[in-house]
Amino acid sequence: MACILEARNLNKSFGAVTAAADINARIEQDSIVGLIGSNGAGKTTFINMVTGYLTPTSGQILYQDRDITGMPPREITRLGICRSFQIPQLFNTLAVGENLMVGVGIAARSSRAAHGQERGAEQSTLVEQLIERFNLGGYRTQAAGLLPEGVRKLLDIAMAVAGRPRVLLLDEPTSGVSADEKFRLMDMVMGALKTAGVTVLFVEHDMDIVSRYTHRILAFYEGRIIADGDPQTVLRDAEVRRYVIGEQIHAPATKETAGAAD
Amino acid sequence: MQRDPTLPLLFAALVVLLALGPFLPQWALSFVSVALYLGIVVLGMALMMRTGLVSFGQGLYYCLGAYAAGTLDHFYKLSDLLLMVIAGALVAALVALILGFLLSKYRDIFFAMLSLAFSMILYGLLVKTSELGSTDGFGLSVKTFAGIPLTHGWVRYSIYAFSAVLAAIFTAGIHRYLNSHLGRLAGAIRDNELRVEYMGASVRRVIHLNYVIAAALAGVGGALMAATIGHVDPETTANWTTSGEFVFIAILSGTGSVLAPFLGAGIFEAVRTFALQYFPNTWQMTLGITMLLVIMFLPGGLWSVFGLRRRST
Repeated sequence: MACILEARNLNKSFGAVTAAADINARIEQDSIVGLIGSNGAGKTTFINMVTGYLTPTSGQILYQDRDITGMPPREITRLGICRSFQIPQLFNTLAVGENLMVGVGIAARSSRAAHGQERGAEQSTLVEQLIERFNLGGYRTQAAGLLPEGVRKLLDIAMAVAGRPRVLLLDEPTSGVSADEKFRLMDMVMGALKTAGVTVLFVEHDMDIVSRYTHRILAFYEGRIIADGDPQTVLRDAEVRRYVIGEQIHAPATKETAGAAD
Repeated sequence: MQRDPTLPLLFAALVVLLALGPFLPQWALSFVSVALYLGIVVLGMALMMRTGLVSFGQGLYYCLGAYAAGTLDHFYKLSDLLLMVIAGALVAALVALILGFLLSKYRDIFFAMLSLAFSMILYGLLVKTSELGSTDGFGLSVKTFAGIPLTHGWVRYSIYAFSAVLAAIFTAGIHRYLNSHLGRLAGAIRDNELRVEYMGASVRRVIHLNYVIAAALAGVGGALMAATIGHVDPETTANWTTSGEFVFIAILSGTGSVLAPFLGAGIFEAVRTFALQYFPNTWQMTLGITMLLVIMFLPGGLWSVFGLRRRST
């Protein structure tokens, strides 16, 4: 499959702290990739570099074979790389519908050359579609600042989708969502994206969710990628178990993992 | 959904003002004129406030508009009202376009203080410029409108009527603008700039645009003031107390409706006139108490009174 996003020898340091060290990854089009790692492992730094919030100290980021290293978030978004946030970033005094309308409106303008400008009515239709797909109908006229946390997460992701991404980066989509709601939320998000042909990278701490929804996992530890492969392989990897999942400390290792550690 | 009453209300108000004008006594005509030109300035302030920015130096553009109108008559003998207003708007917009590149980088108190600084620089320059009358300023008069001579008795009404028409046009324009994509972006920027950038829009460009619009409105307000009063000077235009009055009216009005600035300007002018008449030594205190009461009981501004009533019915 075609490679849509590629990181080459990415490094990022903040003073003496290394947040990313020699990151190399090729992301295939239409794949769903999970980013795992303990806190401070460099997952969000990776997302921040890809979306232009941080400029790597060295290395290159290629999107559809085009160098996007150091471009500002605004321009990277216009190219089709959108993101959601671990802590929802919403327009708190605007209603849910207006939040989405802002997103759809910006997308319509920045892709004007490609699609021809959509009329107001078509933009409203797009907003309605998003409201329906993300099950936000009951909150349409409520101010975003007054919503429950789970709904705020959904709206945050819906706003990223409003930008019509080719690549979507979700930073901990299920954090702050209660355990029994997590699968419902992920089903909804993945269902909404399936038809759109979007490549998804998401940061997640719940290994059940990672193994259920991804084709591939990148495991981060101390700024490096320590494992990269299909979920079964990565989740059995000895280093991943030691540094990311932590099972060898909290629970006795199974035969399999004990064997892999040798 | 409830129909938006803004535009019908605006049109009705314009018709009433135009029809009543010829029969109003002198003091009432002046009073409404003042409320109209102050309202136009504050309309621009309200647009900036919706974007999350309060300027403490809008007197800069008010002064530029007033002096642009004044110099046309004083130095070039062009005593045309339409020309004066256009000149006021253009000069203000041009200066804002340039300063906007710098100011659009700043937020909150830094934006407020920097805009104040620029207005005080203009104030300082004018005070030192004897060609423009230094602290005394100079007088001007309006003789024509779009080349049509105005008969002596109708000059005041013409300025009043033109102010009313312009106020209506700008109010309708800003109302439309606020309901457009760019208008929604203003509120989005006030709430969360980071997200706006991450959705692919330039925060600085929107702020810059709104800044220029607000400045042009202040320039028009200044030109109309110069035409109405027939005199310009630095103290009542560029000085910080004037900019402070605009902030005062903006907070008094609230950003609930595009009509609010005119209501706010009218009440401000009424309170000031009343206070000057009855408490000539402590009139500022009366204004202060008014502000205190509004902030305590109507934090959304005077316009929120209508919202409260609607909610209770």
